[in-house]
Amino acid sequence: MKPTLLTVVAALFTLAVPLSAQASLGGDVTSVHADQAKLQATVQTTANDAYTVEEVKAPTGVVVREYVSSAGKVFAVAWQGPVHPDLQQLLGSYFQAYKQALQTQKPTHLRRAPIFINQSGLVLEMGGHMRFLVGRAYIPNLVPANVQMEEIR
Amino acid sequence: MSRKPNWKIACDMTRKPLRQVIALSLSALLIALVGCSSAQLSGGPPPPPPVGNVATISVNGGPLAGTQFAYGNGAFTSVTICVPGSTTQCQTIDGILVDTGSYGLRIEASVLTLSLPQQKDSSNNPIVECGEFGSGFTWGPVQTADFTIAGESAKSLPIQVMGSPSFPDTDAGGATTCASNNGGAGTTADLNSVQSLGANGILGVGNFAEDCGTACTQSGASNPGIYNSCPTASTCVSANEPVASQVVNPVVMFSTDKNGVVIELPAVANGETTTVNGSLIFGIGTESNNGLGNAKILDVDTSAGNFTTVFNANSFGGDEGFLDSGSEALFFLNAATTGLPACPDPGFTQLYCPATNANLSATNEGFSNGNSSTVDFTVGNAEALINSSDNAISILGGEGVATNNALFFDWGLPFFYGTNVFVAIDGATTPGGPGPYVAY
Repeated sequence: MKPTLLTVVAALFTLAVPLSAQASLGGDVTSVHADQAKLQATVQTTANDAYTVEEVKAPTGVVVREYVSSAGKVFAVAWQGPVHPDLQQLLGSYFQAYKQALQTQKPTHLRRAPIFINQSGLVLEMGGHMRFLVGRAYIPNLVPANVQMEEIR
Repeated sequence: MSRKPNWKIACDMTRKPLRQVIALSLSALLIALVGCSSAQLSGGPPPPPPVGNVATISVNGGPLAGTQFAYGNGAFTSVTICVPGSTTQCQTIDGILVDTGSYGLRIEASVLTLSLPQQKDSSNNPIVECGEFGSGFTWGPVQTADFTIAGESAKSLPIQVMGSPSFPDTDAGGATTCASNNGGAGTTADLNSVQSLGANGILGVGNFAEDCGTACTQSGASNPGIYNSCPTASTCVSANEPVASQVVNPVVMFSTDKNGVVIELPAVANGETTTVNGSLIFGIGTESNNGLGNAKILDVDTSAGNFTTVFNANSFGGDEGFLDSGSEALFFLNAATTGLPACPDPGFTQLYCPATNANLSATNEGFSNGNSSTVDFTVGNAEALINSSDNAISILGGEGVATNNALFFDWGLPFFYGTNVFVAIDGATTPGGPGPYVAY
């Protein structure tokens, strides 16, 4: 079927309407568009055989990359900018796991060091310095089998 | 380059504020006075008291020294702040961490005895800041103080007061986003107490003037939300904060010696020692004690303040590198990619514990000026090195990431021992060209 003007307009409309889904990590690809709407950001999409990368650039200078598997799930996120992005939105249902992990971490001999969470259900790492904040998070069992984590950043 | 105190300029006591003279150690004062009088008698060259651009720094464990929570590899100094315009309502606070990874002065509310004026927006609402660091967050009101360190001063300096009872860093209310984004109140990432931070405050003397810049003056989605307008402690909204009102690296507000700093710490023999004393020198090429000499200049990018570090180039290309005196170790890659074993004891999480000292090498490259330098460094066994009495450990390394791919190369305080490090501020004029850059 050739696309009619109506179906094209419908497609554009779908993209332009802010979606209600807020989850990101572990969520589906539509959550990326929710981010875009909320952040008034631009999105650039690149794809390879194993996954699609949605790069969301917010006007604040924060860049978020969301890695989407062929099954449509966001299995990893990475970010960099003058501040951290809104992690509650970005981590979605994994945000509580992130908070809980940090709350149970005991003070060690290290005081000022990068932050790590390395659990079977969530890997999260963040660090940098003021005006350069960088991080990465992923769900190990959602990562497609043929993806090297070195690619995620 | 070893530091040569300038015995020439500062004999002119009349141009020095009284507090600077008082700040001299008694022995130095005696030497200075003797030097002056002999010069006057002989008519020879003016004699040589130290100039007023040198603050003593000490790697001494900080306010929690002697406990298991001592701040290892932190360089501490003391600052004096006064209620703006007052010469009597003043307080000298020690245990202030010298940090090249941040910008501006932050003081823990629990050590502050002064009542400082609160900064407010045009609607008369208090301004409260969320400061994000690589290791956590600060939350608290922006207030102003007259600031003095060594012989340098800045009037009406906007500073952050951390852990203020008036604006608590709870997970609910005004601090919600700030706390949540950084792991939550009461976690190890919550820097709003002396106990958690391990310092009474932070003196950020890195490559930038303000801790945010023009982004925080914007409206709506362009504003990163660092500054907040808080009609009440539990109701805060993102504020458009003029650049001149932002928490600022006090160096840029000095009348002279305002283009950057030099950090000088001696080498640590055998990798660890109880205490190391050094200098935080203000200005680059502005006095006889802060010349660049043969230091290699690596420019840094004007948004993040980073150069490029290449380590294990065959496996990992260049990465964002930065010199951060507030980081306790050299943080890079992880055990799997370096081959350095992580420490087995959970109390030493993230640190490397090689059986024998590992001698390594990396190359730092300027962001765009083509300069590069090779850095040889050593990583020792953290569990063997860290103990209750040694606060300075020059061979401490740790994992920067959990995953097999770097996000950055964090050159913490171990880098600074035995190397004079120059930090030039964005936009400043120096004999080595305009900032921002680092040189060593």
